[in-house]
Amino acid sequence: MTTLQMVRKEPAAPGLDVERIRADFPILRLQVNGKPLVYLDNAASSQMPQQVIDRLVRYQTTQHANINRAVHALSEISTNEYEQARRKLQHFIHAREEREVIFTSGTTDAINLVMHGYGRKFIGPGDEIILTTMEHHSNIVPWQMLAEEKGATIRVVPINDAGELVIDDYEKLFNERTKFVSVMHVSNALGTINPVKQMIAFAHARGVPVLVDGAQAVPHMQVDVQDLDCDFYAFSGHKLCGPTGIGILYGKAALLERMQPFKGGGDMILSVTFEKTTYNTIPHKFEAGTPPIAAAIGLGAAVDYLSAIGMDAIADHELGLLNYATAQLSRVPGVRIIGTAKNKAAVLSFTVDGVHPHDIGTLLNQEGVAVRTGHHCAQPVMQRYKLPATSRASFAFYNTLAEVDALIAGIRSVQKVFS
Amino acid sequence: MTDPRALYQEVILDHNKKPRNYGTLAHASHQAAGHNPLCGDHIDVALHLSGECIACIAFQGASCAICKASASMMTVAVKGKTRAEAETLIHEFTDMSTGKLDLSGDHHIGRLVVFAGIADLPVRVKCAILPWHTLHAALNAVESTSTEAELDPMHVTIGDA
Ligand SMILES: Cc1ncc(COP(=O)(O)O)c(C=O)c1O
Repeated sequence: MTTLQMVRKEPAAPGLDVERIRADFPILRLQVNGKPLVYLDNAASSQMPQQVIDRLVRYQTTQHANINRAVHALSEISTNEYEQARRKLQHFIHAREEREVIFTSGTTDAINLVMHGYGRKFIGPGDEIILTTMEHHSNIVPWQMLAEEKGATIRVVPINDAGELVIDDYEKLFNERTKFVSVMHVSNALGTINPVKQMIAFAHARGVPVLVDGAQAVPHMQVDVQDLDCDFYAFSGHKLCGPTGIGILYGKAALLERMQPFKGGGDMILSVTFEKTTYNTIPHKFEAGTPPIAAAIGLGAAVDYLSAIGMDAIADHELGLLNYATAQLSRVPGVRIIGTAKNKAAVLSFTVDGVHPHDIGTLLNQEGVAVRTGHHCAQPVMQRYKLPATSRASFAFYNTLAEVDALIAGIRSVQKVFS
Repeated sequence: MTDPRALYQEVILDHNKKPRNYGTLAHASHQAAGHNPLCGDHIDVALHLSGECIACIAFQGASCAICKASASMMTVAVKGKTRAEAETLIHEFTDMSTGKLDLSGDHHIGRLVVFAGIADLPVRVKCAILPWHTLHAALNAVESTSTEAELDPMHVTIGDA
């Protein structure tokens, strides 16, 4: 009998023509401290391809006016382009309807919208909100503010040593007071991909709605909000090769309609008198004031760009980078990888014995290698591992195996300085 | 920008590895806790004033090499000095770290000059001056109390993304 063994060849990266892709990103040609930039801080913010830059220039050069306000030609064009961008985002995340896609300023803003619009209306004294140990501060602090205001309680799903949610404990947290679950899809600090579909199904069986913080998922994999069946899904444009100042809140129409507005102002109303204001329909009810029109259109161009490459091909390439980087980093004595979940995105948090992450970051920068050091806005994760901070390399589809090698060489030279 | 590797020179690496005056003081007259939430560095400084003179001083904490070496060299520099002399040095060190001290002029920096290069690394300036801010807080604190979080000289709100 023959046994078949799956052998993962190290440079697994199939399919992507990375050199051609890199040519689209002008910033990747920069030199830092005389060395080619090795940009490994994609979880904080990703870079923008020329196609998106060009789209912003074209909008600003030939299409700009305020939307939804005037009958002149430019206003009509900008309104159409803005709504076209909404449809692009709708298709990108497979939302059922375009009115379920709300432009926000980012993930943080999207979560705050749900906290105010849903939480303040439907969560009361004694109610419980389930979060997880690995959440980003932006998915902790708004709920703490709500809990304090309403006298509600926050319950926290623990993680195991590998950085995976303990799903048994998640299920045990539910009781008749559980009113909301907010969980990240992919951890920015650990790389863990959480089983959100299963968690959502469990919550729904108990009538509890779920918000998914998808800031670190959408840039790296196919996301289908209908398949997940999440009630809300939040993400940021700037981690998705788009501009800063723009993000998305997806929400199921039925829920969005029952929610109260977050911000008041122009565009979110149908009629205003001093006696009574009638709110606009969704999504406009949640888009008060002049939105970042250029940024929304730029984000539309970014998802066009990513779709043309293909999210599955992107995920494959990044898995190749992760596997290679994990194998190489594991070989460096004194290095400990934080976050070893079986199901991981291309995020590598690590510590180096005897060297503080800040010193690592400064010395790697000298080699042109950009990593993040610190607590990654996830202090409860750091407390869980009893670490003040970690260094984090986070990859994108435009990163190469050679850049992984540059990272490893950089870490070895840091160790040499401190030896 | 100067090569930051120049900053990670023998003296600093040595004080990082073998910090002087590391630990606690049994009978401190003054102490303070310094914290930089942005990177998680924290440092405790305790000292005993005998009259106006810093008779003994110790520090402990968890921090990067720059911060730890700065703290270690600070304790060496101010031990035996008067409170006023220490305050002058705190002032000069802070100025040097932010590139505002004329090193060719009159000053008391001495061996601390190894930190001059920090002025070229703005994101690391706080690491170098945290111990000095903490010493300042200790010298100006009510006896045997730590600074509250709000009074913490390096207290900043939760950081960036
Ligand atoms: C998982 C996660 N959630 C939320 C955020 C916040 O995103 P933004 O700062 O764009 O609102 C981030 C960004 O760092 C993140 O990684």
